Amino acid sequence: MSLIDSISLPRSIRLPRVDGLIQWILPLAVIAIWQIACVTGFVPTRVLPAPSDVALAGWKLLLSGELVRNIWVSFWRASVGFLIGGSIGFAFGLANGLSQLSAKLTDTTLQMVRNVPHLALIPLVILWFGIDESAKLFLVALGVFFPIYLNTLHGIRTVDPQLIEMGRIYGMTDGELFRRVIFPGALPSIFLGIRFALGIMWLTLIVAETIAASSGLGYMAMQAREFMLIDVVVLSILIYALLGKLADSASRLLERATLAWHPAFQKR
Amino acid sequence: MQTALRTSLSETELASRSNFAPHARVVREERPVHTSGLPLSIRGLRKSFGDNEVLRGIDLHIPAGQFVAIVGKSGCGKSTLLRLIAGLEKIDAGSISFGQDIQPEDIRVMFQEPRLLPWARVLSNVEVGLGRDRASKDAHARAEKALTEVGLADKRDQWPSLLSGGQKQRVALARALVSRPRVLAFDEPLGALDALTRISMQRLLERVWRDQGFTAILVTHDVSEAVALADRVLVIEDGRIAHDVVVNAGRPRQRGSAELAGLEGSILSHLLSADDRT
Repeated sequence: MSLIDSISLPRSIRLPRVDGLIQWILPLAVIAIWQIACVTGFVPTRVLPAPSDVALAGWKLLLSGELVRNIWVSFWRASVGFLIGGSIGFAFGLANGLSQLSAKLTDTTLQMVRNVPHLALIPLVILWFGIDESAKLFLVALGVFFPIYLNTLHGIRTVDPQLIEMGRIYGMTDGELFRRVIFPGALPSIFLGIRFALGIMWLTLIVAETIAASSGLGYMAMQAREFMLIDVVVLSILIYALLGKLADSASRLLERATLAWHPAFQKR
Repeated sequence: MQTALRTSLSETELASRSNFAPHARVVREERPVHTSGLPLSIRGLRKSFGDNEVLRGIDLHIPAGQFVAIVGKSGCGKSTLLRLIAGLEKIDAGSISFGQDIQPEDIRVMFQEPRLLPWARVLSNVEVGLGRDRASKDAHARAEKALTEVGLADKRDQWPSLLSGGQKQRVALARALVSRPRVLAFDEPLGALDALTRISMQRLLERVWRDQGFTAILVTHDVSEAVALADRVLVIEDGRIAHDVVVNAGRPRQRGSAELAGLEGSILSHLLSADDRT
Protein backbone atom coordinates (compact mmCIF):
# COMPACT_ATOMS: atom_id res chain seq x y z
CA MET A 1 0.00 0.00 0.00
CA SER A 2 2.61 2.52 1.07
CA LEU A 3 4.51 1.74 -2.07
CA ILE A 4 1.52 2.42 -4.25
CA ASP A 5 0.79 5.60 -2.35
CA SER A 6 4.32 6.85 -2.76
CA ILE A 7 4.11 6.72 -6.53
CA SER A 8 2.41 9.96 -7.31
CA LEU A 9 0.95 10.11 -10.75
CA PRO A 10 0.44 13.49 -12.39
CA ARG A 11 -3.20 14.48 -12.12
CA SER A 12 -3.35 15.31 -15.75
CA ILE A 13 -0.86 15.22 -18.54
CA ARG A 14 0.19 18.84 -19.01
CA LEU A 15 0.85 20.12 -22.45
CA PRO A 16 3.40 22.89 -22.68
CA ARG A 17 1.67 26.27 -22.95
CA VAL A 18 1.21 26.67 -26.67
CA ASP A 19 1.54 30.21 -27.80
CA GLY A 20 -1.11 31.37 -30.22
CA LEU A 21 1.66 31.88 -32.73
CA ILE A 22 2.94 28.33 -33.06
CA GLN A 23 -0.01 27.18 -35.17
CA TRP A 24 0.77 29.92 -37.74
CA ILE A 25 4.40 28.94 -38.28
CA LEU A 26 3.62 26.28 -40.87
CA PRO A 27 1.22 28.34 -43.06
CA LEU A 28 3.67 31.28 -43.02
CA ALA A 29 6.57 28.99 -43.96
CA VAL A 30 4.54 27.58 -46.85
CA ILE A 31 3.82 31.10 -48.11
CA ALA A 32 7.49 32.05 -47.82
CA ILE A 33 8.67 28.99 -49.78
CA TRP A 34 5.94 29.61 -52.34
CA GLN A 35 7.08 33.23 -52.79
CA ILE A 36 10.69 32.17 -53.22
CA ALA A 37 9.74 29.46 -55.72
CA CYS A 38 7.81 32.00 -57.84
CA VAL A 39 10.40 34.76 -57.65
CA THR A 40 13.22 32.42 -58.65
CA GLY A 41 11.15 31.17 -61.55
CA PHE A 42 11.08 27.61 -60.22
CA VAL A 43 7.29 27.73 -60.53
CA PRO A 44 6.02 29.61 -63.60
CA THR A 45 3.55 32.34 -62.53
CA ARG A 46 1.15 31.11 -65.22
CA VAL A 47 0.75 27.96 -63.12
CA LEU A 48 0.80 29.58 -59.71
CA PRO A 49 1.06 33.31 -59.10
CA ALA A 50 3.36 34.51 -56.34
CA PRO A 51 1.72 35.27 -52.96
CA SER A 52 2.64 38.92 -53.48
CA ASP A 53 0.64 38.95 -56.74
CA VAL A 54 -2.28 37.32 -55.01
CA ALA A 55 -2.10 39.94 -52.25
CA LEU A 56 -1.98 42.68 -54.86
CA ALA A 57 -5.02 41.25 -56.65
CA GLY A 58 -6.79 41.12 -53.29
CA TRP A 59 -5.90 44.74 -52.61
CA LYS A 60 -7.28 45.85 -55.97
CA LEU A 61 -10.52 43.93 -55.45
CA LEU A 62 -10.77 45.34 -51.99
CA LEU A 63 -10.45 48.87 -53.31
CA SER A 64 -13.10 48.30 -55.96
CA GLY A 65 -15.43 46.95 -53.27
CA GLU A 66 -15.95 43.75 -55.23
CA LEU A 67 -14.15 41.57 -52.68
CA VAL A 68 -16.16 42.73 -49.68
CA ARG A 69 -19.42 42.44 -51.60
CA ASN A 70 -18.69 38.87 -52.71
CA ILE A 71 -17.46 37.75 -49.30
CA TRP A 72 -20.52 39.27 -47.70
CA VAL A 73 -22.86 37.50 -50.15
CA SER A 74 -21.16 34.15 -49.53
CA PHE A 75 -21.10 34.70 -45.80
CA TRP A 76 -24.79 35.58 -45.79
CA ARG A 77 -25.69 32.47 -47.81
CA ALA A 78 -23.58 30.27 -45.59
CA SER A 79 -25.03 31.53 -42.34
CA VAL A 80 -28.67 31.66 -43.44
CA GLY A 81 -28.43 28.19 -45.00
CA PHE A 82 -26.68 26.93 -41.87
CA LEU A 83 -29.32 28.39 -39.58
CA ILE A 84 -32.20 26.94 -41.58
CA GLY A 85 -30.71 23.47 -42.07
CA GLY A 86 -29.21 23.41 -38.59
CA SER A 87 -32.44 24.29 -36.82
CA ILE A 88 -34.44 21.73 -38.76
CA GLY A 89 -31.79 19.09 -38.11
CA PHE A 90 -31.68 20.02 -34.44
CA ALA A 91 -35.46 19.86 -34.17
CA PHE A 92 -35.62 16.42 -35.79
CA GLY A 93 -32.70 15.23 -33.65
CA LEU A 94 -34.51 16.36 -30.51
CA ALA A 95 -37.84 14.88 -31.55
CA ASN A 96 -36.39 11.53 -32.58
CA GLY A 97 -34.08 11.35 -29.58
CA LEU A 98 -36.88 12.03 -27.12
CA SER A 99 -39.83 10.28 -28.74
CA GLN A 100 -39.88 6.70 -29.94
CA LEU A 101 -42.93 7.40 -32.06
CA SER A 102 -41.27 10.28 -33.87
CA ALA A 103 -38.14 8.20 -34.45
CA LYS A 104 -40.18 5.36 -35.89
CA LEU A 105 -42.06 7.73 -38.15
CA THR A 106 -39.16 9.66 -39.63
CA ASP A 107 -35.79 8.07 -38.95
CA THR A 108 -35.85 5.50 -41.75
CA THR A 109 -36.87 8.11 -44.29
CA LEU A 110 -34.17 10.51 -43.14
CA GLN A 111 -31.54 7.79 -43.31
CA MET A 112 -32.55 7.04 -46.88
CA VAL A 113 -32.37 10.68 -47.91
CA ARG A 114 -29.02 10.96 -46.13
CA ASN A 115 -27.50 8.42 -48.45
CA VAL A 116 -28.16 10.61 -51.48
CA PRO A 117 -25.16 12.94 -51.90
CA HIS A 118 -26.83 16.31 -51.64
CA LEU A 119 -24.64 17.80 -54.37
CA ALA A 120 -26.18 15.26 -56.76
CA LEU A 121 -29.34 17.33 -56.45
CA ILE A 122 -27.75 20.36 -58.10
CA PRO A 123 -29.33 19.78 -61.54
CA LEU A 124 -32.72 19.32 -59.93
CA VAL A 125 -32.24 22.35 -57.70
CA ILE A 126 -31.33 24.50 -60.71
CA LEU A 127 -34.49 23.34 -62.46
CA TRP A 128 -36.53 24.16 -59.36
CA PHE A 129 -35.00 27.44 -58.27
CA GLY A 130 -32.88 28.57 -61.21
CA ILE A 131 -29.73 30.26 -60.01
CA ASP A 132 -31.68 32.20 -57.44
CA GLU A 133 -30.57 32.69 -53.82
CA SER A 134 -33.00 29.99 -52.72
CA ALA A 135 -31.07 27.37 -54.70
CA LYS A 136 -27.89 28.00 -52.70
CA LEU A 137 -29.74 28.23 -49.39
CA PHE A 138 -31.55 25.01 -50.13
CA LEU A 139 -28.34 23.12 -50.87
CA VAL A 140 -26.48 24.48 -47.85
CA ALA A 141 -29.42 23.78 -45.57
CA LEU A 142 -29.71 20.24 -46.88
CA GLY A 143 -25.99 19.60 -46.46
CA VAL A 144 -25.93 21.00 -42.93
CA PHE A 145 -29.09 19.20 -41.84
CA PHE A 146 -27.66 15.68 -41.59
CA PRO A 147 -24.55 16.10 -39.44
CA ILE A 148 -26.57 18.17 -36.99
CA TYR A 149 -29.51 15.79 -37.03
CA LEU A 150 -27.37 12.68 -36.54
CA ASN A 151 -25.18 14.12 -33.80
CA THR A 152 -28.06 15.65 -31.87
CA LEU A 153 -29.89 12.33 -32.02
CA HIS A 154 -26.79 10.43 -30.98
CA GLY A 155 -26.06 12.87 -28.17
CA ILE A 156 -29.53 12.53 -26.70
CA ARG A 157 -29.61 8.77 -27.03
CA THR A 158 -26.29 8.37 -25.25
CA VAL A 159 -27.05 10.52 -22.21
CA ASP A 160 -26.20 8.37 -19.18
CA PRO A 161 -29.46 6.58 -18.24
CA GLN A 162 -28.30 6.52 -14.63
CA LEU A 163 -28.36 10.33 -14.60
CA ILE A 164 -31.85 10.32 -16.08
CA GLU A 165 -32.99 7.89 -13.39
CA MET A 166 -31.36 10.13 -10.79
CA GLY A 167 -33.23 13.14 -12.19
CA ARG A 168 -36.53 11.31 -11.96
CA ILE A 169 -35.85 10.12 -8.41
CA TYR A 170 -35.21 13.69 -7.38
CA GLY A 171 -38.54 14.73 -8.83
CA MET A 172 -37.49 16.61 -11.95
CA THR A 173 -40.32 17.38 -14.32
CA ASP A 174 -39.87 16.49 -18.01
CA GLY A 175 -38.87 20.06 -18.77
CA GLU A 176 -36.33 20.19 -15.97
CA LEU A 177 -34.98 16.79 -16.94
CA PHE A 178 -34.42 18.07 -20.46
CA ARG A 179 -32.89 21.36 -19.38
CA ARG A 180 -30.69 20.05 -16.60
CA VAL A 181 -29.77 16.52 -17.71
CA ILE A 182 -30.54 15.60 -21.32
CA PHE A 183 -29.57 18.77 -23.18
CA PRO A 184 -26.27 19.43 -21.34
CA GLY A 185 -25.45 15.74 -21.73
CA ALA A 186 -26.05 15.88 -25.48
CA LEU A 187 -24.19 19.15 -25.97
CA PRO A 188 -20.68 17.76 -26.67
CA SER A 189 -22.13 15.61 -29.44
CA ILE A 190 -24.17 18.51 -30.81
CA PHE A 191 -21.00 20.60 -31.06
CA LEU A 192 -19.31 17.81 -32.96
CA GLY A 193 -22.23 17.92 -35.39
CA ILE A 194 -21.89 21.70 -35.73
CA ARG A 195 -18.23 21.42 -36.64
CA PHE A 196 -18.91 18.75 -39.24
CA ALA A 197 -21.73 20.87 -40.58
CA LEU A 198 -19.51 23.93 -40.92
CA GLY A 199 -17.18 21.97 -43.18
CA ILE A 200 -20.05 20.77 -45.33
CA MET A 201 -21.50 24.28 -45.37
CA TRP A 202 -18.43 25.76 -47.12
CA LEU A 203 -18.05 22.79 -49.45
CA THR A 204 -21.65 23.02 -50.59
CA LEU A 205 -21.50 26.76 -51.02
CA ILE A 206 -18.33 26.65 -53.13
CA VAL A 207 -19.79 24.03 -55.43
CA ALA A 208 -23.15 25.77 -55.71
CA GLU A 209 -21.59 29.19 -56.37
CA THR A 210 -19.20 27.75 -58.91
CA ILE A 211 -21.96 26.10 -60.88
CA ALA A 212 -24.91 28.40 -60.54
CA ALA A 213 -24.50 31.91 -59.24
CA SER A 214 -24.08 35.52 -60.28
CA SER A 215 -22.33 36.69 -57.13
CA GLY A 216 -20.29 35.31 -54.26
CA LEU A 217 -16.77 33.98 -53.84
CA GLY A 218 -17.33 30.91 -56.02
CA TYR A 219 -18.73 33.13 -58.78
CA MET A 220 -15.74 35.46 -58.43
CA ALA A 221 -13.36 32.53 -58.90
CA MET A 222 -15.21 31.23 -61.95
CA GLN A 223 -15.38 34.69 -63.45
CA ALA A 224 -11.63 35.10 -62.94
CA ARG A 225 -11.00 31.76 -64.65
CA GLU A 226 -12.86 33.02 -67.74
CA PHE A 227 -10.47 35.99 -67.95
CA MET A 228 -7.42 33.90 -67.00
CA LEU A 229 -6.96 35.92 -63.78
CA ILE A 230 -5.17 33.13 -61.94
CA ASP A 231 -4.23 35.38 -59.02
CA VAL A 232 -7.92 36.02 -58.27
CA VAL A 233 -8.65 32.28 -58.50
CA VAL A 234 -5.96 31.55 -55.94
CA LEU A 235 -7.17 34.46 -53.81
CA SER A 236 -10.70 33.01 -53.69
CA ILE A 237 -9.35 29.63 -52.61
CA LEU A 238 -7.29 31.23 -49.83
CA ILE A 239 -10.29 33.20 -48.63
CA TYR A 240 -12.30 30.00 -48.41
CA ALA A 241 -9.56 28.46 -46.28
CA LEU A 242 -9.54 31.51 -44.03
CA LEU A 243 -13.34 31.60 -43.67
CA GLY A 244 -13.39 27.89 -42.89
CA LYS A 245 -10.80 28.36 -40.19
CA LEU A 246 -12.75 31.31 -38.80
CA ALA A 247 -15.96 29.31 -38.57
CA ASP A 248 -14.15 26.47 -36.86
CA SER A 249 -12.53 28.84 -34.35
CA ALA A 250 -15.88 30.42 -33.59
CA SER A 251 -17.46 27.06 -32.85
CA ARG A 252 -14.49 26.05 -30.69
CA LEU A 253 -14.82 29.27 -28.73
CA LEU A 254 -18.50 28.60 -28.15
CA GLU A 255 -17.68 25.03 -27.18
CA ARG A 256 -15.11 26.14 -24.66
CA ALA A 257 -17.55 28.60 -23.13
CA THR A 258 -20.43 26.16 -22.76
CA LEU A 259 -18.50 22.99 -21.95
CA ALA A 260 -16.35 24.44 -19.18
CA TRP A 261 -17.38 21.51 -17.00
CA HIS A 262 -15.93 18.98 -19.43
CA PRO A 263 -12.58 17.49 -18.35
CA ALA A 264 -11.25 18.06 -21.88
CA PHE A 265 -11.81 21.80 -21.60
CA GLN A 266 -10.49 22.37 -18.12
CA LYS A 267 -7.41 24.48 -17.83
CA ARG A 268 -4.86 23.11 -15.42
CA MET B 1 -19.29 -14.74 21.94
CA GLN B 2 -22.80 -13.66 22.59
CA THR B 3 -25.06 -15.31 20.10
CA ALA B 4 -27.22 -12.49 18.98
CA LEU B 5 -27.45 -14.51 15.84
CA ARG B 6 -30.85 -15.83 15.03
CA THR B 7 -30.65 -18.22 12.20
CA SER B 8 -33.16 -19.69 9.85
CA LEU B 9 -36.29 -18.00 11.07
CA SER B 10 -39.26 -20.10 10.11
CA GLU B 11 -42.00 -18.67 7.96
CA THR B 12 -44.31 -18.32 10.97
CA GLU B 13 -41.69 -16.50 12.97
CA LEU B 14 -41.15 -14.09 10.12
CA ALA B 15 -44.85 -13.52 9.80
CA SER B 16 -45.23 -12.82 13.52
CA ARG B 17 -42.32 -10.36 13.39
CA SER B 18 -43.86 -8.47 10.59
CA ASN B 19 -47.17 -8.31 12.39
CA PHE B 20 -45.49 -6.82 15.37
CA ALA B 21 -45.57 -3.09 15.84
CA PRO B 22 -47.02 -1.83 12.63
CA HIS B 23 -47.67 1.60 14.15
CA ALA B 24 -45.09 4.27 14.64
CA ARG B 25 -46.18 4.81 18.24
CA VAL B 26 -45.40 1.25 19.22
CA VAL B 27 -42.16 1.47 17.32
CA ARG B 28 -41.06 4.51 19.33
CA GLU B 29 -41.49 2.45 22.50
CA GLU B 30 -39.36 -0.23 20.97
CA ARG B 31 -36.70 2.30 20.08
CA PRO B 32 -36.52 5.11 22.59
CA VAL B 33 -34.03 7.22 20.66
CA HIS B 34 -35.69 10.26 19.15
CA THR B 35 -36.03 9.60 15.46
CA SER B 36 -37.27 11.33 12.34
CA GLY B 37 -37.31 8.02 10.51
CA LEU B 38 -40.28 6.13 9.16
CA PRO B 39 -41.08 2.52 10.01
CA LEU B 40 -41.30 0.13 7.11
CA SER B 41 -43.57 -2.88 6.74
CA ILE B 42 -43.15 -5.28 3.88
CA ARG B 43 -45.56 -8.14 3.33
CA GLY B 44 -45.49 -10.98 0.84
CA LEU B 45 -43.33 -8.97 -1.55
CA ARG B 46 -42.65 -10.64 -4.88
CA LYS B 47 -40.86 -9.48 -7.98
CA SER B 48 -39.99 -11.20 -11.24
CA PHE B 49 -38.10 -10.08 -14.29
CA GLY B 50 -39.47 -12.20 -17.12
CA ASP B 51 -39.35 -15.82 -15.99
CA ASN B 52 -36.82 -15.08 -13.32
CA GLU B 53 -38.43 -14.73 -9.92
CA VAL B 54 -36.02 -12.52 -8.02
CA LEU B 55 -37.97 -12.00 -4.80
CA ARG B 56 -40.13 -14.87 -3.58
CA GLY B 57 -42.13 -13.47 -0.72
CA ILE B 58 -40.36 -11.03 1.57
CA ASP B 59 -41.92 -10.26 4.96
CA LEU B 60 -40.10 -7.67 6.96
CA HIS B 61 -40.69 -5.00 9.54
CA ILE B 62 -38.14 -2.27 10.08
CA PRO B 63 -38.80 0.02 13.08
CA ALA B 64 -38.40 3.76 12.59
CA GLY B 65 -34.81 4.90 12.68
CA GLN B 66 -33.25 1.45 12.51
CA PHE B 67 -30.10 0.86 10.49
CA VAL B 68 -30.59 -2.33 8.51
CA ALA B 69 -28.00 -3.94 6.30
CA ILE B 70 -28.96 -6.40 3.59
CA VAL B 71 -26.29 -8.84 2.48
CA GLY B 72 -26.27 -11.76 0.10
CA LYS B 73 -24.53 -13.09 -2.94
CA SER B 74 -24.81 -11.22 -6.19
CA GLY B 75 -28.08 -11.93 -7.91
CA CYS B 76 -29.84 -12.85 -4.66
CA GLY B 77 -32.31 -10.00 -5.06
CA LYS B 78 -30.94 -7.59 -2.45
CA SER B 79 -30.65 -4.68 -4.85
CA THR B 80 -34.09 -5.40 -6.26
CA LEU B 81 -35.53 -5.27 -2.73
CA LEU B 82 -33.90 -1.88 -2.22
CA ARG B 83 -35.15 -0.55 -5.56
CA LEU B 84 -38.69 -1.68 -4.68
CA ILE B 85 -38.48 0.06 -1.31
CA ALA B 86 -37.26 3.22 -3.01
CA GLY B 87 -40.08 3.00 -5.54
CA LEU B 88 -37.78 2.57 -8.53
CA GLU B 89 -39.46 -0.65 -9.66
CA LYS B 90 -43.08 -1.78 -9.70
CA ILE B 91 -44.19 -4.35 -7.16
CA ASP B 92 -45.58 -7.62 -8.62
CA ALA B 93 -47.32 -8.79 -5.46
CA GLY B 94 -47.39 -7.86 -1.79
CA SER B 95 -47.05 -4.46 -0.20
CA ILE B 96 -44.60 -1.97 1.22
CA SER B 97 -45.95 0.55 3.67
CA PHE B 98 -44.41 3.35 5.64
CA GLY B 99 -47.27 3.66 8.10
CA GLN B 100 -48.38 7.03 6.66
CA ASP B 101 -48.55 8.98 3.45
CA ILE B 102 -45.11 9.98 2.28
CA GLN B 103 -43.69 12.68 0.07
CA PRO B 104 -41.12 11.88 -2.62
CA GLU B 105 -38.58 13.89 -0.61
CA ASP B 106 -39.00 11.52 2.35
CA ILE B 107 -37.15 8.66 0.64
CA ARG B 108 -33.74 9.08 -0.92
CA VAL B 109 -31.41 6.61 -2.59
CA MET B 110 -27.66 6.64 -2.86
CA PHE B 111 -26.05 4.44 -5.50
CA GLN B 112 -22.67 2.90 -6.03
CA GLU B 113 -22.01 5.53 -8.70
CA PRO B 114 -22.28 9.10 -7.43
CA ARG B 115 -24.48 10.06 -10.40
CA LEU B 116 -23.55 13.73 -10.17
CA LEU B 117 -24.35 16.03 -13.06
CA PRO B 118 -20.91 16.69 -14.55
CA TRP B 119 -22.07 20.05 -15.97
CA ALA B 120 -23.30 21.42 -12.65
CA ARG B 121 -21.06 22.73 -9.87
CA VAL B 122 -20.99 20.85 -6.60
CA LEU B 123 -23.48 23.18 -4.89
CA SER B 124 -26.09 22.94 -7.63
CA ASN B 125 -25.68 19.19 -7.65
CA VAL B 126 -26.61 19.19 -3.98
CA GLU B 127 -29.57 21.51 -4.67
CA VAL B 128 -30.95 18.87 -7.04
CA GLY B 129 -31.66 16.84 -3.89
CA LEU B 130 -34.18 19.40 -2.66
CA GLY B 131 -36.73 18.07 -5.14
CA ARG B 132 -39.67 20.44 -5.41
CA ASP B 133 -38.02 22.92 -3.03
CA ARG B 134 -35.21 23.56 -5.53
CA ALA B 135 -36.58 26.96 -6.44
CA SER B 136 -37.13 28.10 -2.85
CA LYS B 137 -35.18 31.01 -1.42
CA ASP B 138 -33.26 29.02 1.14
CA ALA B 139 -32.16 26.39 -1.40
CA HIS B 140 -28.61 27.70 -1.41
CA ALA B 141 -28.36 27.82 2.35
CA ARG B 142 -29.77 24.33 2.76
CA ALA B 143 -27.43 22.89 0.16
CA GLU B 144 -24.47 24.59 1.80
CA LYS B 145 -25.47 23.19 5.16
CA ALA B 146 -25.64 19.68 3.71
CA LEU B 147 -22.23 20.14 2.10
CA THR B 148 -20.81 21.25 5.44
CA GLU B 149 -22.24 18.13 7.06
CA VAL B 150 -20.21 15.94 4.71
CA GLY B 151 -17.14 18.18 5.11
CA LEU B 152 -17.02 19.57 1.59
CA ALA B 153 -18.11 23.17 2.11
CA ASP B 154 -14.91 24.40 0.45
CA LYS B 155 -15.70 22.51 -2.77
CA ARG B 156 -19.03 24.21 -3.43
CA ASP B 157 -17.95 25.86 -6.70
CA GLN B 158 -15.92 22.95 -8.01
CA TRP B 159 -16.77 20.83 -11.06
CA PRO B 160 -17.48 17.20 -10.09
CA SER B 161 -14.84 15.89 -12.50
CA LEU B 162 -12.13 17.48 -10.34
CA LEU B 163 -13.19 15.60 -7.19
CA SER B 164 -11.85 12.26 -5.99
CA GLY B 165 -14.09 9.19 -5.89
CA GLY B 166 -14.68 9.55 -2.17
CA GLN B 167 -15.46 13.26 -2.48
CA LYS B 168 -17.94 12.62 -5.28
CA GLN B 169 -19.70 10.08 -3.11
CA ARG B 170 -19.82 12.58 -0.26
CA VAL B 171 -21.45 15.10 -2.58
CA ALA B 172 -23.97 12.40 -3.51
CA LEU B 173 -24.58 11.86 0.22
CA ALA B 174 -25.11 15.59 0.74
CA ARG B 175 -27.59 15.58 -2.14
CA ALA B 176 -29.45 12.68 -0.54
CA LEU B 177 -29.45 14.36 2.89
CA VAL B 178 -30.41 17.88 1.87
CA SER B 179 -34.15 17.19 1.81
CA ARG B 180 -33.96 15.65 5.32
CA PRO B 181 -35.22 12.25 4.14
CA ARG B 182 -36.90 9.92 6.61
CA VAL B 183 -35.75 6.78 4.82
CA LEU B 184 -32.36 6.60 3.17
CA ALA B 185 -31.57 3.61 0.96
CA PHE B 186 -27.96 2.84 0.09
CA ASP B 187 -27.18 0.55 -2.84
CA GLU B 188 -23.55 -0.46 -2.33
CA PRO B 189 -22.62 3.19 -1.87
CA LEU B 190 -19.00 2.46 -0.98
CA GLY B 191 -18.43 -0.43 -3.37
CA ALA B 192 -16.21 1.53 -5.75
CA LEU B 193 -14.03 3.19 -3.12
CA ASP B 194 -10.60 2.20 -1.87
CA ALA B 195 -10.25 0.63 1.58
CA LEU B 196 -9.26 3.74 3.55
CA THR B 197 -11.78 6.08 1.91
CA ARG B 198 -14.33 3.41 2.57
CA ILE B 199 -13.68 3.32 6.30
CA SER B 200 -13.89 7.09 6.62
CA MET B 201 -17.12 7.06 4.59
CA GLN B 202 -18.54 4.39 6.90
CA ARG B 203 -17.80 6.64 9.87
CA LEU B 204 -19.47 9.53 8.08
CA LEU B 205 -22.55 7.44 7.30
CA GLU B 206 -22.81 6.33 10.93
CA ARG B 207 -22.42 9.90 12.15
CA VAL B 208 -25.08 11.44 9.90
CA TRP B 209 -27.44 8.60 10.65
CA ARG B 210 -27.00 9.16 14.38
CA ASP B 211 -27.42 12.92 13.93
CA GLN B 212 -30.50 12.79 11.77
CA GLY B 213 -32.20 9.59 12.82
CA PHE B 214 -33.52 8.48 9.45
CA THR B 215 -34.29 4.85 8.78
CA ALA B 216 -31.29 3.46 6.92
CA ILE B 217 -31.30 0.50 4.56
CA LEU B 218 -27.89 -0.50 3.28
CA VAL B 219 -27.38 -3.09 0.58
CA THR B 220 -23.80 -4.32 0.56
CA HIS B 221 -21.71 -7.32 -0.37
CA ASP B 222 -19.25 -6.48 2.37
CA VAL B 223 -20.24 -8.30 5.56
CA SER B 224 -17.76 -6.39 7.71
CA GLU B 225 -19.31 -3.13 6.52
CA ALA B 226 -22.74 -4.52 7.37
CA VAL B 227 -21.85 -5.43 10.96
CA ALA B 228 -19.85 -2.22 11.41
CA LEU B 229 -22.83 -0.02 10.56
CA ALA B 230 -26.11 -1.83 11.06
CA ASP B 231 -28.38 -2.56 14.03
CA ARG B 232 -29.53 -5.59 12.14
CA VAL B 233 -28.22 -7.63 9.24
CA LEU B 234 -30.55 -9.48 6.89
CA VAL B 235 -29.13 -12.30 4.80
CA ILE B 236 -31.03 -12.89 1.57
CA GLU B 237 -30.81 -16.18 -0.25
CA ASP B 238 -32.80 -17.15 -3.31
CA GLY B 239 -35.17 -14.24 -3.02
CA ARG B 240 -36.04 -14.85 0.64
CA ILE B 241 -34.78 -13.58 3.96
CA ALA B 242 -32.74 -16.52 5.20
CA HIS B 243 -31.28 -14.98 8.36
CA ASP B 244 -32.11 -11.99 10.50
CA VAL B 245 -29.18 -11.07 12.72
CA VAL B 246 -29.23 -8.45 15.47
CA VAL B 247 -26.02 -6.53 16.08
CA ASN B 248 -25.93 -5.29 19.66
CA ALA B 249 -22.55 -3.58 19.74
CA GLY B 250 -22.42 -0.02 21.11
CA ARG B 251 -21.95 3.10 19.04
CA PRO B 252 -19.92 4.56 17.56
CA ARG B 253 -18.76 1.16 16.47
CA GLN B 254 -15.20 0.11 17.17
CA ARG B 255 -13.90 -1.43 14.00
CA GLY B 256 -12.09 -4.70 14.44
CA SER B 257 -13.56 -5.49 17.86
CA ALA B 258 -13.81 -9.19 18.71
CA GLU B 259 -17.57 -8.97 18.97
CA LEU B 260 -18.02 -7.59 15.45
CA ALA B 261 -15.42 -9.94 14.03
CA GLY B 262 -17.19 -12.94 15.52
CA LEU B 263 -20.51 -11.80 14.14
CA GLU B 264 -18.98 -11.18 10.75
CA GLY B 265 -17.48 -14.66 10.76
CA SER B 266 -20.74 -16.38 11.52
CA ILE B 267 -22.66 -14.41 8.85
CA LEU B 268 -19.95 -15.21 6.31
CA SER B 269 -20.09 -18.89 7.17
CA HIS B 270 -23.84 -18.80 6.55
CA LEU B 271 -23.33 -17.23 3.17
CA LEU B 272 -20.63 -19.74 2.30
CA SER B 273 -22.50 -22.78 3.59
CA ALA B 274 -25.38 -21.82 1.32
CA ASP B 275 -22.79 -21.91 -1.42
CA ASP B 276 -21.77 -25.46 -0.48
CA ARG B 277 -25.34 -26.68 -0.56
CA THR B 278 -25.83 -25.70 -4.15
